[in-house]
Parts: sequence; C-alpha cells; structure tokens
Amino acid sequence: MHSRKAYVCVMQLHGDVSADELKAVASEFIGPIYQRPPVRSNVRRALRIRNVNSIEVLEVRDRLVLMKVESDPGTYMRKLCWDMGLVLGVGAHMRELRRVRSGPFTEEKGLVTLHQLSEAIYRLHEEGKDDLLREVILPGEVSACELPKLVLRDTAVESVVNGAYLAVPGVAMFSEDLKRGSTVAMFTLKGELVGLGEALMDAAEVEKSERGIVARPTRIVMPHGVYPRAWKGSAAEGPGSS
Amino acid sequence: MSSELTRRGLSFLNSVNEFCNNKVKLKEKYMEDTSDSYGTIPTERPLSKYIANGVINLDKPPGPTSHEVVAWVKRMLGVKKAGHGGTLEPGA
Repeated sequence: MHSRKAYVCVMQLHGDVSADELKAVASEFIGPIYQRPPVRSNVRRALRIRNVNSIEVLEVRDRLVLMKVESDPGTYMRKLCWDMGLVLGVGAHMRELRRVRSGPFTEEKGLVTLHQLSEAIYRLHEEGKDDLLREVILPGEVSACELPKLVLRDTAVESVVNGAYLAVPGVAMFSEDLKRGSTVAMFTLKGELVGLGEALMDAAEVEKSERGIVARPTRIVMPHGVYPRAWKGSAAEGPGSS
Repeated sequence: MSSELTRRGLSFLNSVNEFCNNKVKLKEKYMEDTSDSYGTIPTERPLSKYIANGVINLDKPPGPTSHEVVAWVKRMLGVKKAGHGGTLEPGA
C-alpha cells in the first residue's frame, strides 16, 4: 500500500570509475527500469518494471559509493547496484542498505528505537504515566496520511462498516485529490479510520453532485457497532437500494 | 452534538495530514457536528485501545529479523497481534 520507498545504500565498485561516469550512469537508471527479483527473494521471479524516482550520489570514497534512491515498492537495491556496476563496466555489489522511507513513514517523524519503547513501557509500569508511550506509539490513522480522504457523516458510518457503498449525502468532507479509481481513506468526523475504499467519483464530481455513489469500501478497519445504525435510505446506500 | 468535539476531530485529521506533509485540503460537503455519544478521537482512546489501533515507526536494529522484533514488541506491550511493514531484500 505504501507508494514510495527511499533507501540509502553503500555500493562497492569492483573497479575505478570517474565521478562523471558515476553520475551519468546513475541518471540512466532514473525512470522505469526492468528488474527480475534475485534468486533469494520471497516473490515470483518474473521480469517486471519498477520506477526509480531519483538516485542521489551522496558520497564517494575510493570504490565505495553512498547513494540515496527513491523508488516504487518492490525495487531491489541489490539488483540496482549490480546492474549499475554492469553498465559502468567494472561490476559492483551492494554492501549495506537502510530503508529511510516507507510511504508516509520517514526517519524525520516519529522514528523510535526499541530502547525508547522499553523506556516508555517502564514509565507506564513504574510511574503510571502513559505520556511517553503515546508518543512512541502513533494512532494507526497516520498510515493513511498520503491517501485522498473522505470524511463521513455520523449517519453513514455504520452502513459503510457493513459494506454499503458511500453515497454523496453521506459525505461531510472530501479531499481535493479525490480521483475516480484510486484508493481512498474514509474517516469519521472524529478522525477515526473507517477503512479504505475505491473512489467512484472525482473531487469535482462530489462537489457538484447531490446524489450518486462516491466510494465502495474495499477494506473496513473499524469494528461493527461503534457508530449506531442509521435508518435505511439515509446517508449511505447499499448497492441496489433506492 | 458537540462542536468542540468536532473541532478536535478536524484538528486530528489535520495532524494526520501533517504527519507526511500532505498539504491537500479537505473541502466541505454536508459538514455537520459529530455526536459525543459514540466514537472517540484516536489520540483520546483509552490506552489499551490506543495501543491496539496504534503503529510504531521503529528503527529496527540490524541482526534480529523483523519477525523476531515483532515478537519482542508484542511481548513488551502485552498484545496478541502485531505485524510489520515488510522486510528488506535478503543480503541487506
């Protein structure tokens, strides 16, 4: 689900190359590239296309290259280093890898260590304070940060939780990037994540419509019974209802 | 109906967007207040629910597998179910 990954890796070149050659080859790997997953991998080894958004050479020391790469999920950095080595003519392999971004999760916000988690738990058990724990653990809703969003009126929530499609009358708010066919995150007015859906209207359509189906739920996260069932025929409509 | 509660709800939604610098605006359609009779603002969930619906952006140390670390976190927090956001490629 997370749309973008970023990695910092150390590539070991097997021969000497100039800084210019390195930069030139790096830029050749930006954009869509072919990859076949390595032998030691969990996925089917079919040839596939992945997009590399950027490659930044951070530092070069002798034959070691520190690079930051932004890409689609499922892009193998090890294969990227190997293939860059082939194109450079000297060969190369990946020595170290660190993922620095997975969708909305980066090193900049909310990154914690096991040690910090342990201290937060200690504080809870020994001092009775949950403040640190509530900093270390984030509300699950943040996972949906990057997605277009729909905010549901209270009366629409339980219907959607039960699988009903969301209709225009059930929409309290919608984000401007809502796009037909793409995944949307549905929230209550209190900010609780109801679940994910497939948008069936663009933002512009929602804006000017008074009826019609806005989204169909694909993955409900909220349990049943948190919000009360509204009368049939109000806010949300199921498929085939009037 | 509580407009203060609605205000806190919208404030939370904004903080969700701020988490990843998502600047896309939310536009109103049939905006209204939310009831205080059911549902909770996520940050105000009682601790066990907060944890159960929570996520940790964990800097995993090299060495143990993601699976092992998840097992440790489950034990530390006393939860039965937890997952992780994917492993790195082998040889990382």
